[in-house]
Amino acid sequence: MNHLTALVKRDLKLAYRLGGGAGTAIGFFLVVVTLLPLGIGPDSALLSRISAGAIWIALLLSVLLSVDRIFQADHEDGSLELMLLGPVSLEMIVVSKTFAHWLTTGLPLAVTAPLFGVLLNIEPGAIGPLVLSTLIGSPALSFLGALGGAITLGVRRGGLLLSLLILPLYVPVLIFGVSAASASGAGPDISTPSLLVLSALSLATLVLCPLAAAAAIRSHFR
Amino acid sequence: MKLSAENLTCVRGGRTVFENVSFELADGEALLLTGPNGAGKSSLLRLIAGLVEPAAGNLRLTGHDSDLSIGQASHFIGHANALKGAMSVQENLDFWARFLGGAEGSQSLEPFALEAHATIPAALLSAGQSRRLALLRLTAVPRRLWLLDEPTVGLDTASLATLVGLMERHLADGGLIIAASHVDVGIAFKHRLELAGRRAAS
Repeated sequence: MNHLTALVKRDLKLAYRLGGGAGTAIGFFLVVVTLLPLGIGPDSALLSRISAGAIWIALLLSVLLSVDRIFQADHEDGSLELMLLGPVSLEMIVVSKTFAHWLTTGLPLAVTAPLFGVLLNIEPGAIGPLVLSTLIGSPALSFLGALGGAITLGVRRGGLLLSLLILPLYVPVLIFGVSAASASGAGPDISTPSLLVLSALSLATLVLCPLAAAAAIRSHFR
Repeated sequence: MKLSAENLTCVRGGRTVFENVSFELADGEALLLTGPNGAGKSSLLRLIAGLVEPAAGNLRLTGHDSDLSIGQASHFIGHANALKGAMSVQENLDFWARFLGGAEGSQSLEPFALEAHATIPAALLSAGQSRRLALLRLTAVPRRLWLLDEPTVGLDTASLATLVGLMERHLADGGLIIAASHVDVGIAFKHRLELAGRRAAS
């Protein structure tokens, strides 16, 4: 456990010092959310209706733009291969590094989401479900991203390829995330079942993505 | 502790790097790998560390904690120094000491005379100083098998003497060393292995 806390601390420190910390993620989030009303016009009813979806897409993009950080730099300077010689399994290394990524990206965005919701004229009643859904769903984004990052490990400027690989996998998270965040309007209340499915997605990615990412990293070195 | 390799063959990207490489190494013995560029010295070290799978052959380490793989029982000093430019010299060493060996607290930078640079970011180190910082992992975490890939690159004479001293002490303590180098490192290697391109070597 000592080994893994050292790793998480190091990744947090590096993210903070290299400008990949919470501030940058929130800044990016703010820019996307601000651009949106400029693009689709100041119709507050429309903005209110799409606010949850818009926040989720902004969240998804900010995670996507930062996931290559999880492994790429460590791969380039030889740290990753040295980690393979450590006493902890590669799967746990992936979990720790992804957790550190979530702490610097997913978590701060989920916590600040209501503030940005106000920019999009979100209904007060929808704020709680939105925070809950982003909080529960964002780990899945980080873990799927880590998988993509592991697969595109040796690819220089692999950002586009990475997006191509992961964005389809983000679809279920987005669908259930948005429907869990939408306050029950007309029709049956589907936010609770959606939240449960979203939790299941997060838990499944927590277990499966590290296994797959570790396999991808190992096969990269072979 | 004994490391024995039998008929190791390494294939990378469809190309046979070397075949039928065998050697045995016991406590307190050192092996020098020589050969032209591309002969597979680095590949052999990576293969021993477990970073690359052998295409054929056996590699066994006996007489150590069998829960650990060979890589987990060894230090691997590769071409890359595995340093983070944004962290200080001390932080870099402490992280690896803690991650690889679970060692708490700050590690001594003294063996390679980097203590004056403890707080500066590793990005500001020269190539030789970075190498020295990477080599400090050898003293910070005790491991029996040292896999050194061109360990002398960029080192000045004083640091080279330090490295030779560390290696001699490691051997005297019963450690094992496998080093790949073009130059004579300066310690008495009991075994030498010449990798000669694609031909078999032993």
